Amino acid sequence: MSNSPDRDVVRDYALRLGDDRLVLGHRLSEWCGHGPILEEDIALANMALDLIGQANALLGVAAGPDATADSLAYMREAVDFKNALMVELPKGDFGFTIVRQFLFSAYSLLQMERLTSSSHAPLAGIAAKAVKEAKYHVRHAGEWVLTLAGGTDESHARTQQALDELWRYTGELFAADELDRAATAAGVGVDPSTLQSPWHAIVDPLLERAGLEIPAVKAMQTGGRVGRHTEHLGHMLAEMQIVARSYPGASW
Amino acid sequence: MATDTQWPLWEVFLQPPKGEAHEHAGSVHATSAEQALQNARDVYARRGEAVSIWVVPSTSITASTPDDMGPFFDPGNDKPYRHPQFYKVPRGVRGV
Repeated sequence: MSNSPDRDVVRDYALRLGDDRLVLGHRLSEWCGHGPILEEDIALANMALDLIGQANALLGVAAGPDATADSLAYMREAVDFKNALMVELPKGDFGFTIVRQFLFSAYSLLQMERLTSSSHAPLAGIAAKAVKEAKYHVRHAGEWVLTLAGGTDESHARTQQALDELWRYTGELFAADELDRAATAAGVGVDPSTLQSPWHAIVDPLLERAGLEIPAVKAMQTGGRVGRHTEHLGHMLAEMQIVARSYPGASW
Repeated sequence: MATDTQWPLWEVFLQPPKGEAHEHAGSVHATSAEQALQNARDVYARRGEAVSIWVVPSTSITASTPDDMGPFFDPGNDKPYRHPQFYKVPRGVRGV
């Protein structure tokens, strides 16, 4: 395995994609057994499994001589995770989980659609599978945004509150850095800033239909891509990683 | 649990990949047709069991009752002339 810059770019880029999905997948999995109704409990677990499956494949691309997908997932510290801050926030109430799922899935769908033409064949293959899953996630979460926002006064207020809390984390999804530019130049990745306007074309009309107001945000929260996380990620990882760390190399 | 705290019930019909008729698979709770379709997909059809899903509000189904047993289903067995068993199927006819 060579240490060429290209290999580093592919590894770091796949790690970033994988971390977004691993962390969000774990947050979704926290609903297992706690969903508002049996059918939705299953739906949330299904989406969690889709995301963790994507993460497994992407971390597999990021893995190398000294790391496997499992060691990347379970043996890294919070500072080594490169997910966007939005996905690590606690699951909150059902409205918060749904709004986040909608905002992220729309982003993921656009990103994966573009990645199907990545010059890196394994990434393109993973993206082709992920596109179908993301399409369903957008449809499912979007329908729920409409249902909750159009429900009772309380469900509408909670949905709006979730949007108010989450909106300041959307900017980070589209902020291109050095790695994004290198991955894009190599034909491996997608410049996330080019996803912003198509994302608004998906998200804004649905929020409008739902009667929700997009909050005015002065400063977007960032830092996840360079390992500066909220306090929440460490707590989440402690729970997610404890079995693998307590019993290294165990298989089941 | 009081039934009025439950969402409306929908019956789920799946068409298996072979292109056969839709078959009853079970039921789901949902507040709208779209949600019923999604719940049916998540509960019954996410491992490739189907190529098409129908959902029908359970209240739209008119069903026979146990009282109908006699008049509905009894007559068949003692009226053998209703069964086409006296006819020979011509050679070359398939799928009967």
